[in-house]
Amino acid sequence: MSSDVTSIERRQFDTLIIGAGGGGLRASLQLAEADLSVAVVSKVFPTRSHTVAAQGGMNAALANVSPDNWHWHMFDTVKGSDYLGDQDAIEYMCRAAPKAVYELEHFGVPFSRLDNGKIYQRAFGGQSQNFGGDQASRTCAAADRTGHAILHSLYQQNIRAKTHFFDEYFAVDLIKDDEGHVLGAVIFNIQNGQIMVIEAKTTLLATGGAGQLFKTTTNALINTGDGMGMAMRAGIPLQDMEFFQFHPTGIAGRGMLITEGARGEGGYLVNGDGERLMERYAPKAKDLASRDVVSRAIAVEVREGRGCGPNKDHVLLKLDHLGEAVIQKRLPGIRQTCITFLGIDPAETPIPVFPTAHYTMGGIPTNRFGQVVVPVKDTPEEPVAGLYAAGECACVSVHGGNRLGGNSLLDILVFGRAAANHIIDYLKENKYHRSANEESVNEIVAKIKRYDQPPSSSDTASETVANLRKELKQTMEDHCSVFRNKEILKEGVDKVEQLAERMKNVRIDDQSFTFNTAKVEAFELENLMACALAAIHSAYAREESRGAHSRTDFTERDDKSWMRHSLYSFENGLDYKPVRTKPLSVESFPPKPRVY
Amino acid sequence: MKFKIYRYNPETDAKPYVQEYELDNVEPGTMLLAALLRIKDEQDQTLSFRRSCGEGVCGSDGMNINGFNGLACITSLDSLKQPVEVKPLPGLPVIRDLIIDMDQFYKQYRAVKPYLVVNDPMPEVELTQTPKQRERLDGLYECVLCACCTTSCPSFWWNPDKFLGPAALLQASRFIEDSRDQAFEQRLENLEGPFKLFRCHTIMNCVHVCPKGLNPTKAIGRIKAKMISRSL
Repeated sequence: MSSDVTSIERRQFDTLIIGAGGGGLRASLQLAEADLSVAVVSKVFPTRSHTVAAQGGMNAALANVSPDNWHWHMFDTVKGSDYLGDQDAIEYMCRAAPKAVYELEHFGVPFSRLDNGKIYQRAFGGQSQNFGGDQASRTCAAADRTGHAILHSLYQQNIRAKTHFFDEYFAVDLIKDDEGHVLGAVIFNIQNGQIMVIEAKTTLLATGGAGQLFKTTTNALINTGDGMGMAMRAGIPLQDMEFFQFHPTGIAGRGMLITEGARGEGGYLVNGDGERLMERYAPKAKDLASRDVVSRAIAVEVREGRGCGPNKDHVLLKLDHLGEAVIQKRLPGIRQTCITFLGIDPAETPIPVFPTAHYTMGGIPTNRFGQVVVPVKDTPEEPVAGLYAAGECACVSVHGGNRLGGNSLLDILVFGRAAANHIIDYLKENKYHRSANEESVNEIVAKIKRYDQPPSSSDTASETVANLRKELKQTMEDHCSVFRNKEILKEGVDKVEQLAERMKNVRIDDQSFTFNTAKVEAFELENLMACALAAIHSAYAREESRGAHSRTDFTERDDKSWMRHSLYSFENGLDYKPVRTKPLSVESFPPKPRVY
Repeated sequence: MKFKIYRYNPETDAKPYVQEYELDNVEPGTMLLAALLRIKDEQDQTLSFRRSCGEGVCGSDGMNINGFNGLACITSLDSLKQPVEVKPLPGLPVIRDLIIDMDQFYKQYRAVKPYLVVNDPMPEVELTQTPKQRERLDGLYECVLCACCTTSCPSFWWNPDKFLGPAALLQASRFIEDSRDQAFEQRLENLEGPFKLFRCHTIMNCVHVCPKGLNPTKAIGRIKAKMISRSL
């Protein structure tokens, strides 16, 4: 049962990690092995985290299949980001990639293998040799279940390292003191409703993306932008939230992901005329152009009447020419998904696909050490003491305007580890817990208790979570999708503002303290609202087309005015900061027209 | 479409009961999870169950569906007799409604030391493994820890604290079969005795219910064979 504020259980740790996907678990492993006390708080059992659903693989210039080096990978990533990625972070990530993969392999990840016993690498979108030359095979894969293989191995290593897990606890908000230090979080045990205060010298947000913003999505139901919402409420702006990736090949109308690896293994897209459509949009890379490019191509084909099916509302992904053996060996997971959800075997029948909400490029602004950074006076990036973020919830930004396939698993592992290493150093200098801010704690506790009272009959303005969430997802789908313009976005801004206002009237019918998922969904929706506000406002303001943000009224990229990061906060609305164009050791890649 | 769903909230219910729900306009091909989500959204916020990925990868929504354990998100309503009877997975304590306490299941998973053990210094690149060696892990590493198998196993129902159960033993096999692992002997030793492994009586419920099409009984058989050849 819920209790008095004074009797709330308090626990102290060196580090609190919120989220147990790949980023959180990579960090916790590093910290546990450094003999620090770590609490990993996750609203689901760790192996349910969305990393588990990653399919195609993880990029690293191992050169097991084609000649390669990290600098080529860096070029592809900068170009893929449409020059909005921060080049210091990108250089760091691409240099660290091979080591990150070898570490995983040593942790036990069952990577697919080449005949010589080395890790199998497949072709993926936007990957080239020699700065835009031939297609590179850079994506390390465990069949098409790479995320599952990685997440389970990381969890297993954490079992070995005896990491302290708080499974099925929901983190509601960060505790902050008057000097701006983050001191941990208030959480509650989903199983019994008990509120708990976790006091921590450092807190790492690793809560993943916000794909539940959209009606049709490849994302798990748990991807509700929790860390982003927490950051916003702690006064931290969200960065580049207008850049949301639509994966070219979600199952049409349903949303299940069909890995880019399907095209990497030789699959291709055809339109209603039976034409291999990508030859027109990306003559060289064809089906392995960047995701934003392929998604736009599909959307244009459908819009111009060249779609497939009775409603001409999708295109087809053709794999049957690969033969059953290749499909069973390299793509067994998506084969099963097609059989289960569509009743078709891709070894015989093409898959109906359409661009589907997939990945949050934006997020909590950090530097390449994982420190959360905010503008303070004339400094655009001042670290928030004690607070870190890594993975999809963060914006380092290695993905800029468009993430390359295979760079997401890489991001979580490289920056989960980097954040942990910085935390280890930080704790050497900051040995003691700061006293908890009781005012901050009490506010959060009161918020959690808000849903403990049943809705009263005099409550005329009552709203349900389900209705508001449905409206929000439809609004984002209609107003913040692959193509955008001023009118559509303005309407979207107004609608989301109204929805956020109505959020205040949400009531729930379930007052139980035992596994109250209705209460969890209410907090999740609050987090989604924060993300939606940031996304739609940032999209409305950005009058150019870059990466995944395509404006039909501003069709060109405008480097003069817009090669800068958006920042949106509750307090200040929109603000901007420059892109970090200077890499660590090599020459900067200046913006160029982006052709595939 | 009609549903009969197991309900229990320890705060308010002296004992479990069955509640009936009805949904209109259920389209062909709808999965059970989608129906449960609709019931929760449209009719009854208090109906509680776990769920996440919605495509059979995360293993959250294992439940007993018309008498068989399965994942709600990949069980099509087309294939189910009405009314659809939904209960929590059997053999473990119920926390609320369709949500079971999985602690014992996870404890048995941890008991097999499910992590790669390499004692030699690690090379600065990958440990090599031939495609053939890697193939031995197929059918073992794909487990999603949904507990459908273990909670369908009579041997586990009788001895949940002593018999490790099919899911944990599948994991044991996953590491025993890994050419990179250097704890082969200890792993087999760890499974000695009448209960941990040998309580498997090849009833094969685990094989019939596994939503990922895996075969824990076969994996257990492979371990048994290794133990026998080791003792000879």
